[in-house]
Order: sequence, then C-alpha cells, then structure tokens
Amino acid sequence: MASSSSYNSPCAACKFLRRKCMPGCIFAPYFPPEEPQKFANVHKIFGASNVTKLLNELLPHQREDAVNSLAYEAEARVRDPVYGCVGAISFLQRQVQRLQKELDAANADLIRFACNEIPTALPVPPGVSSIQPMVPRQRPVEFSRRIGNEGDAFYQPPSYSHPYILPWSDNPSGDINDGGGEGNNM
Amino acid sequence: MSNSSRCAACKSLRRKCPQDCVLAPYFPSNNPQRFSWVHKIFGASNITKMLQQLPVELRGEAADCMAMEAYLRVENPVYGSVGIIYQYQQQIIEVQNEIIKINGEIAVYNALLQHQQLQQHQDSFFSTDNDFNL
Repeated sequence: MASSSSYNSPCAACKFLRRKCMPGCIFAPYFPPEEPQKFANVHKIFGASNVTKLLNELLPHQREDAVNSLAYEAEARVRDPVYGCVGAISFLQRQVQRLQKELDAANADLIRFACNEIPTALPVPPGVSSIQPMVPRQRPVEFSRRIGNEGDAFYQPPSYSHPYILPWSDNPSGDINDGGGEGNNM
Repeated sequence: MSNSSRCAACKSLRRKCPQDCVLAPYFPSNNPQRFSWVHKIFGASNITKMLQQLPVELRGEAADCMAMEAYLRVENPVYGSVGIIYQYQQQIIEVQNEIIKINGEIAVYNALLQHQQLQQHQDSFFSTDNDFNL
C-alpha cells in the first residue's frame, strides 16, 4: 500500500482532519485518499486519537488488518447504531447452534444404521453376502477446541463451548437499565 | 446520582455524576472494568454522543453491544469482533461439510439396506417356488 503522504495528495485521514500529511503519517498507508468514507466511519465511531493509540500499540505488520477490522466494525455501527457488528455475531451464533443440532440429529441417524437397527428378524438366506456396517462417525471434537488451534497468525479466542452470552439472547426485554454488568460480566 | 455514588464513567473521568448522567444507567459503579474497555476503545465523548443519538429504550442494548465490542477489541487488538465473526463463519462451513458427509453415509446405508431387503425377498420367493416342485 503506497504511502499517500507525498507532495501529491494527503491521505484520507489528513484530508478529513484538514492537516498536513507528513511523511511517516501513521494513517497514510491504510487510509488512501480514494476511500474517504473508510476514515470518516472510523473517525466517527472510534476517534482519530484512539485509533492512533491502538495502532501504536501494534507491530507494523499487524496494522493493516487492525485498520480493516476497525473499518468493518465502524461501518457496521454506522449502519446499525444499536447492535453494530454484534448483530452479525448473534446471527452467526444462532446459525451455529442450529447446525450443531442438525449435526447431532444426523449423527444419531448414522449411529442407528451403523449399529444395525435394521431388523435382524429377517432370515439371512445362504449365499447372501454379509454387509459390513461402516464405522459410525464419531461426534466431531468440540469446535471450540479445534478452531482455536488453527493457524499461528490467528488469535485464539476463548472457548466457544460457552459462546459470549448476548444480553438479549434469553431475555429480550431484559434488564436494560441494569447496565448489563451483572449477567455476563460485561 | 450523588457524588457519593458516582457511576463508573464519572468515577473514571473524575467528575461529578449529575442526576441526568447519560452514562450512569449503563455503567454502574460495581463494574468499572466495563467502562474502562469502552473508554479505551471508543472514548467517553464518542460513547456519550452515540448513546444520546438513540432513543432511551434502545440505549441499554447499544451500551451492552459497545461494551462487548470494546472487550473483544481489548482482548484481540488486531481483529476484535471481526475475529469472532470469522471464527463462526469457519465453524459454520465445517459443520455444514460434516452434515453433508454424514448424509452421504446415511444414503449409502439406505441403499445397502434396500439392496439387502430386495435380495432377501427374492431369495425367499425362489425357495417357496422350489417347495412346489417337490
């Protein structure tokens, strides 16, 4: 990503902030002038100084991903000022739960077949080749453990066997004025 | 809220907590950590502005979501909540693939079962026929 802190054009951040885009501008590599909305969203939600602080705490090779994920979160929050991208997390969480149930049901069906719930009362005539049942598929290892171990560049999240409890998932009309501080330690 | 029981936000910002403090309902003093996450990632004035722009009945959920996003970003400064989204998406793909494989195996079992039943039926039919020829 070419630096925009040249004589030619300031980066989107410095343009937005109406300041000179100096060489070495921390925003320049990640907020090109052709994408003004990206910085506008990030500035609106997080603020320029918070983003500067966040980026300064990271190694240079991590900053591009950090900026892109901040931009994604900021855009999600601009579009949905209440739920932001937590809405997407909630949706995906429900989808995973639904699919896990479907997987459990499919596993149960498979085990029934593999353990020969086929009626054995029928006589087996001579000459009929015996049909060897397949080994039933073992229930997959908890995804929480598998996923957390993939890739060394990837953050290892807390266990998903107990995913983040979203404040409204069980009690939609719930304790809004409680500040949510008690139910889930947030 | 009086000075003697300031909300977590006002305590952190070392200011008086007025009766109509926007943040007080959502950042109680018994959970200072929650505000510190939000303060670090969004900033006090941003979160105040964002909550003020919402109807009162939606502010609680918004504050909870922002607290969660802030917490996730503090835990994972590079990817934040987006890391969780990616993890769930990968998990969904894996589970879907697993279901497809299992359904395939079930289909094979079904086919074998039907084949077995058909053969048994044919064999018993032919052996009955032989009886008549005795």
